[in-house]
Amino acid sequence: MKLPAVKFDERPAEMHRRDFMKAGAALATVTLAPGVTLMAFGGDASAEASASKRWGLLVDVNKCAKDCDACVTACSKENGWRLPENPETDAQWIRKVNLTDKDTGREASLPVMCQHCEEPPCVDVCPTGASFKRVDGIVLVDKHICIGCRYCMMACPYKARSFVHEDLTDQKPWAPRGKGTVESCTMCVHRVDAGQKPACVEACAATGNGAIIFGDLRDPESEISKALANYPSTALRADMGLNPGVRYQNL
Amino acid sequence: MERTIYREIKVTPQVIQIAVLLGAFILAAAVAVLYIEAHGHIVTGMTNQIVWGLPHVFAVFLIVAASGALNVASIASVFGKTPYKPLSRLSGLLAMSLLAGGLAVLVLDLGRPDRLIVQMTHYNFSSIFTWNILLYSGFFAVVSAYLFVQMARGISARTVKVVGFAAFVWRLALTTGTGSIFGWIMARAAYESAIMAPLFIVMSFSFGLAFFILVLTLSCRLTGRVLGVKLLNRLGRLLGIFAALVLYFTAVQHLTSHYWARDGGIEQFLLFDGGIYTQLFWIGQVLIGGIIPMALVFHPTGGIKPASSIVASVLVILGGFAQVYVIIIGGQAFPLDIFPGYTVSSSFFDGQINTYTPSLPELALGLGGVALAVALTGFGMKILRILPTNLSDVNVGQS
Repeated sequence: MKLPAVKFDERPAEMHRRDFMKAGAALATVTLAPGVTLMAFGGDASAEASASKRWGLLVDVNKCAKDCDACVTACSKENGWRLPENPETDAQWIRKVNLTDKDTGREASLPVMCQHCEEPPCVDVCPTGASFKRVDGIVLVDKHICIGCRYCMMACPYKARSFVHEDLTDQKPWAPRGKGTVESCTMCVHRVDAGQKPACVEACAATGNGAIIFGDLRDPESEISKALANYPSTALRADMGLNPGVRYQNL
Repeated sequence: MERTIYREIKVTPQVIQIAVLLGAFILAAAVAVLYIEAHGHIVTGMTNQIVWGLPHVFAVFLIVAASGALNVASIASVFGKTPYKPLSRLSGLLAMSLLAGGLAVLVLDLGRPDRLIVQMTHYNFSSIFTWNILLYSGFFAVVSAYLFVQMARGISARTVKVVGFAAFVWRLALTTGTGSIFGWIMARAAYESAIMAPLFIVMSFSFGLAFFILVLTLSCRLTGRVLGVKLLNRLGRLLGIFAALVLYFTAVQHLTSHYWARDGGIEQFLLFDGGIYTQLFWIGQVLIGGIIPMALVFHPTGGIKPASSIVASVLVILGGFAQVYVIIIGGQAFPLDIFPGYTVSSSFFDGQINTYTPSLPELALGLGGVALAVALTGFGMKILRILPTNLSDVNVGQS
């Protein structure tokens, strides 16, 4: 069994075309099990990550229904992590959090996932560089060099990361996971690179709530940029100065 | 006063018994590692809430104690205190052994311990972990050189002092790095503080010296070598001062946090409402690890008994362990404050106090690290001329 010809120090998102061709050619020989190949995030389109973009999400808390978890279910299905059976140790890439204002009693419900920070503490503390940020702002874990030290989980202010505590089954080829490594929301990088929206965004729209907008924060004409320009929004733990790519409205 | 003579320790039936006992602990740790490796961390008490558990308590405790164990040598060659000089070699050996034991635990608890080679070839220099890897490796090199210049013939006292000074500076840097693993974590209210580095340094003074006193006493007893009561008292009183320093830095840490409304929650939790963590703090760290050892060694009449220093050392180690447990586990038990001003709930334990029950494999791994440290020290004393034949008060002097 051989790994694809991706050198350790190269991020798939930053591969040159020739490297990608080599990796693609190698893929045919690295089938681990029927339908499962050892390929880092993104596949062919990963070469298209562009520094001129910054992908982001905007959650309108007023539109997020308390009893709805369509985004969580969709993420679980898309990325192959099971809905929590053992909530203490099972991975949760996205979760619904219910809030009650201590003073006013106002209630709210919203999804929390990796906030894809511009200054991600998980990337700073990772000893091997397995935690990394793509040029388009998506924060990922390179499962090939994660040693499972969990320092990123200690450092993340959003509790966005999970450690894989046991053997896995039914992995998705586009979202490789591994026992003993850390993982989190990838903003569905494989879909984004293919020109699609993240699974949670589509699922939310399908319910009719339409609480999550996805788009390029650097494009002033994008739906997300226009919404951010027209209405007040906030970042979680904005005091930390991490400048997350995930923003919340009406919180 | 005769010349200090260093001799390898002899293998007696008692030494063999202890070696077998240590070997059993190390074997148990090896089995635990294979068990965790095969099943994943699901078989430990660690979760996605308490991500660092008992192995990290042992590892941090040993790594902190390691740099402190070197203090005795530093006092002799950097600060010129002659009575400590015959203890310098043991000090250096114990420091390296404790570090090896601590690192073994840390590395074997990784999710992918098989990828250690990846860590050795991929460095992210914005990570304090990466810097610590260099500081730990360098510590072995610097302390080895320090041991060499102490043991080799024809090396000038000035050279010993220069190398000793380098080792002293290195150990301060090393513990600064260990404390900063926590101090630089902005996300958790229990950690983010510049005081973590100096706090860890005084903790290392205290835990390291306590370990040193116990290993020294045990080694002398096992090999029938004389250990002066006054020398032991002297070490004991120094331990009392270090224990007081730990209490002082701990007080400053908590008073500062308590003053900030923002950290009111974590302080209330750790100091008053935290159940096991509150008990470990007040009874374990403050009383058993601080006040009682100080009372023992500074008591006008009781303090001069050899048992006082020995019992104080045991208590400092127990209290120190409680302190590291409260810092690491207690600091994670308190939930992250992602939504200040709100009560929160979720399927991922947001807003809840997290529970943790250490498992047997974790305990076995941690104790194996301690056993490895002691075994390496013993092995070092067996093959190298580390321990003086005569540490009587007449012989070591009292200057």
